[in-house]
Amino acid sequence: MKTRYSYGGDEHIFVECDEEMSLEAFFKSLSITTAVRKAKIKGVTEICPANASFQIKFDPDKIKPSDMLKELKLLEKAARKGKSTIKTRIIEIPVLYNDPWTHETLMRFRERHQDPNSTDIEYTARINNLDGVDGFIKAHSGAPWFVSMVGFVAGLPFLYQMVDRKRQIQSPKYLRPRTDTPKLTVGHGGCFGCIYSVRGAGGYQMFGITPMPIYDPNQKIKYLKDFMCLFKPGDIVKWKPIDRAEYDHTVVAVEKGRFTPRMADVTFSLDEFKKDMDGYNAKLMGALNGR
Amino acid sequence: MAVKVVKPGLSTTVQDLGRPGYYHIGIPLSGGMDRLALKAANLLVGNKEGAAVLEAVFMGPELYFTEDATAAVTGAELPPKIDGDMRPTWTSFKVKKGQTLSFDFLKKGARAYIAISGGIDVPVVLGSRSTYTLGALGGFNGRKLEAGDKLPIGKGRGAREGRTVPEKLRRLPSVPTELRMLPGLYWHRITDAAGRQFLEDTWKVAPEADRIGYRFKGGKPLEFVPREQPFGAGSDPSNIVDACYPYGSIQVPGGTEPIVLHRDAVSGGGYFMVGTVISADMDLIGQLQPHTPARFVEVSMAQALRARKDRAGLLDKIRASL
Repeated sequence: MKTRYSYGGDEHIFVECDEEMSLEAFFKSLSITTAVRKAKIKGVTEICPANASFQIKFDPDKIKPSDMLKELKLLEKAARKGKSTIKTRIIEIPVLYNDPWTHETLMRFRERHQDPNSTDIEYTARINNLDGVDGFIKAHSGAPWFVSMVGFVAGLPFLYQMVDRKRQIQSPKYLRPRTDTPKLTVGHGGCFGCIYSVRGAGGYQMFGITPMPIYDPNQKIKYLKDFMCLFKPGDIVKWKPIDRAEYDHTVVAVEKGRFTPRMADVTFSLDEFKKDMDGYNAKLMGALNGR
Repeated sequence: MAVKVVKPGLSTTVQDLGRPGYYHIGIPLSGGMDRLALKAANLLVGNKEGAAVLEAVFMGPELYFTEDATAAVTGAELPPKIDGDMRPTWTSFKVKKGQTLSFDFLKKGARAYIAISGGIDVPVVLGSRSTYTLGALGGFNGRKLEAGDKLPIGKGRGAREGRTVPEKLRRLPSVPTELRMLPGLYWHRITDAAGRQFLEDTWKVAPEADRIGYRFKGGKPLEFVPREQPFGAGSDPSNIVDACYPYGSIQVPGGTEPIVLHRDAVSGGGYFMVGTVISADMDLIGQLQPHTPARFVEVSMAQALRARKDRAGLLDKIRASL
């Protein structure tokens, strides 16, 4: 895992922790960016951790780019001994798989897809050797997912499936990006899952939709009163397959302020997780169920 | 005090100097695409440089004033009219209660900045009045203006009429445009020949050019250095493990059409980038019309910082001239 530094013009430094995705690369990015935040370097205006990289935006009138680079290299050295354990939370997200809205959209953009003759779920199930739509839903919702980045658009989480690499679902992005994606679509591109926080363009495969908003610029939704975005890097997500009746019911409950997301505080240790992924996941999901 | 929107124009939004500090959760800076023009407009009417103004693209709005005010229009050459009478750009003028500010056709540039004494007084959201349309955040109800909107205007005495920015201090891009850039980020993903080609080609601004990013067309497709794609990146050679995008970064999906991200940038994604347009040239991008020819010119960090200093010096001269 070799760290690579690059200037992004005169106002950014871009740091790639590793070329490929892994939770180790994520934790390296998280520990360095946490160190940068604590160091309170003058001139720094944005600290953005990503999946396996991060970016610092700074004011070159306040700190010379070369000095900024030196500071980051020092912090990287210090952060190397950082622990891969974080206090975080697991959040249950209800999903209506194969819903009518993403279905209508994926049919509308079918000519931009690798396989115009099947749906995104059917296609992804097939290329991942899963047993049709049901087998896909089981694999997709069976284990939790790790929020390894927030961004693209406001509050959108990138999610990394917490299973062995050989069991991780992988799927290409659309051949050409769509100009439309329904709000709250559960998507997938490369090895990453996501939830589209707002309606707009997108290139990820579309599998379903959640009735649970994750971004509210007006902060009227009860659980988004403190801050307009739900997710932070390090959060853990557990999908819960639901049917249409529960979807409709939840939409109304959110509107009336009666819906509270199920979540629980947990500690995540990368070392413990790697020793026994399935066992560790069972414990995490147990915490969600009050066990 | 309020201003009523009679006609909204094509896409008119409230903008100030933006909303730093939330890019890590995907909320971009926003704010005027041509920051120098925005600051100059405010200075002309006696506002603070960072007060909220209207940014109008290609076509001006029609605004009815319910109180007296001072106004000024900078940036693109979009000539203002008061009750049908022409007023000069880059110059302050009075608007009386009951008068209407409208605009003639666009002559040059792409975005005009309309400052009104007192500033546009929409609520401050996360430290800024700027509109982030994609996230329905800030500005006037999180969206571009519509007919019938009533814009609240802050209190301000307003500067006198006829204050003007000397012509030699006004800036619009030359044609063809040169955009200076620092190669980097994932530049190593393309071959040396492709790198040279990228800098030699003349590109044209594509119709898909907005506050999120400017797309360019017409250059040759880039050839990639072969590699086995890293885990998680996706199968296309232009894919990377989704990462942060710097403002001004030049991504080239599929190696064909470069996109330069601007003030409403998507904060990250899975396309490789060949480098970043320097901060001194970001304002100019906001003034490019579709089909404008443009070249990317490689510069060093030292040159980028000197250009940044020159740009700051230009603002100092504008301040001193008023």
